Amino acid sequence: MTAVERAAQALMWIAATVTVVFLMTPLVVTVAVSFGSSSVFTLPPPDWSLRWYDRLTNARGLWPSLVTSIEIASFSTAVALALGTLCAIALVRGRFPGREAISTFLVSPLMLPGLVIGIAMLQGFKAAGLREPLSSLMLAHVVITLPYVVRTVVGALSLFDFSLIDAARTLGCSYPKALTRVLVPALAPAFITSGMFAFLASMDNYPISIFFTDAWTKTLPIQMLQYVEENPDPTIAAISSGLVVLAILALVVGDRLVGLRKLADF
Amino acid sequence: MTRAFRDPVILLAVPAVLYLVLLYALPLSWLLAKSSTGPGGLTIKPYIDFFADPFNWRVVGNTLGSAFWVTVVCLAIGFPAGFALARAGALVQIAMLISIILPLSVGVVVKAFAWQIVLRRDGVVSQFLLAIGVWDEPQRLLFTEPGLVLGAANIFLPFMILPIYSVVKLIDPRLSEAGATLGATPLYRFLRVTFPLTLPGVVSGIAFVFSMSVSMYVIPSLLIGDRYQTLSTLTGRSFLFMRNEQLGSTTAVILLVLAVSIVVGSGWLAKRLGSTE
Repeated sequence: MTAVERAAQALMWIAATVTVVFLMTPLVVTVAVSFGSSSVFTLPPPDWSLRWYDRLTNARGLWPSLVTSIEIASFSTAVALALGTLCAIALVRGRFPGREAISTFLVSPLMLPGLVIGIAMLQGFKAAGLREPLSSLMLAHVVITLPYVVRTVVGALSLFDFSLIDAARTLGCSYPKALTRVLVPALAPAFITSGMFAFLASMDNYPISIFFTDAWTKTLPIQMLQYVEENPDPTIAAISSGLVVLAILALVVGDRLVGLRKLADF
Repeated sequence: MTRAFRDPVILLAVPAVLYLVLLYALPLSWLLAKSSTGPGGLTIKPYIDFFADPFNWRVVGNTLGSAFWVTVVCLAIGFPAGFALARAGALVQIAMLISIILPLSVGVVVKAFAWQIVLRRDGVVSQFLLAIGVWDEPQRLLFTEPGLVLGAANIFLPFMILPIYSVVKLIDPRLSEAGATLGATPLYRFLRVTFPLTLPGVVSGIAFVFSMSVSMYVIPSLLIGDRYQTLSTLTGRSFLFMRNEQLGSTTAVILLVLAVSIVVGSGWLAKRLGSTE
């Protein structure tokens, strides 16, 4: 190995270490603070305690907002999976002009500022007479979950060999059966990856949700931010640690079902 | 042309496209239209008024400046990290993938809150810089611009690493070996063979990180506060607290134009770089 190659190798090692340490810092700090006894976030904690977890049970508005967020994320992910898969089939199989424009249009909500989309939707929904927060939130979140599904399913479909469906039919499968037996299993990893990221994007969304929530209907990120601003104590770190555990579970399940490397090309 | 449109498969795209047209494209167009019409028809007066105020120039400067530095930090870490992720051994690769995907699955509010703790006077960063002797006494990075940049770069770093990783893993290492057989030095090989092939990934990483930094809202609200306004926080404030919809629509449209030009410009650049291979 020459000196330059050795330097390049060393640089890669440094980059890998810095990346892992840097990216994990916020998560590790959150978990450490949540188990500490100090209410002013002293690190390392002077003593270990579960008092912030005890407070979780009566944290005002937390559980309802979690339920609201899960409802919205489930609804918007389900709708996005249905609409997005149909659309992806049309984009991959269709022979019509403007397919590229359509797919750019469908993915564009991910590239534009969420706040601007939220304001536009707020005014649009108001003009259409829709004022109910929960249904507004559900309808609005489809717009941000749909791109994940379209992008991933289009990618998976363009690698799928459609002659396999013909083969299944030659072997005696009916067309719907050929679809469920051949196409659906082949697309399963794409459904899982895109469904997971769509769900998380909805759970995490702040800039669109902020325009549709009211005093009674709040999503989890909005309730949490309000909490951070009103009484910044490690209770919020305990909630966050719960979410970190959920993320770890999602990662383990995702790894088992589709593999870590596949998850990285979401 | 007309025959092409008769392909029945196109009907499958109708529900999704119609949904986005009604709930997303129409409202956005309406916002654009409203922000540039006054009592006397089409007008650019709101924009002239906006840019006449020096405070607003500071807001635009803050927005672009913080986004620029966040992108620089992400590129400095993300470029070698993309190589490491593509070329390292299995164990390092798994550690890196976990540390990239896990934070992506945890919300922005959680991470921004964590950075509030990390950037305190007695926080991890301050302790680290004291320990290695960069600082003589503990300092608070929270509510300062470097603190904002560090926190935002941490949250957006995966979006720089992943596109770079996806191009690096496709580069055939034999290309560089071929260069070596032909007598090229390692540095020359990197600059003339490997580096140009990574450019499409670098461009899309920069575009992702820059456009996300321009429109970030939660991160500056938690890490720097109200004294430092960006286009995004000003837009949010004018709608949510100040009830000044005119100002909010104006800044929203400026933000939109900025985001669209980043997307279109980077798409064009990536296409050009891709075709010269």
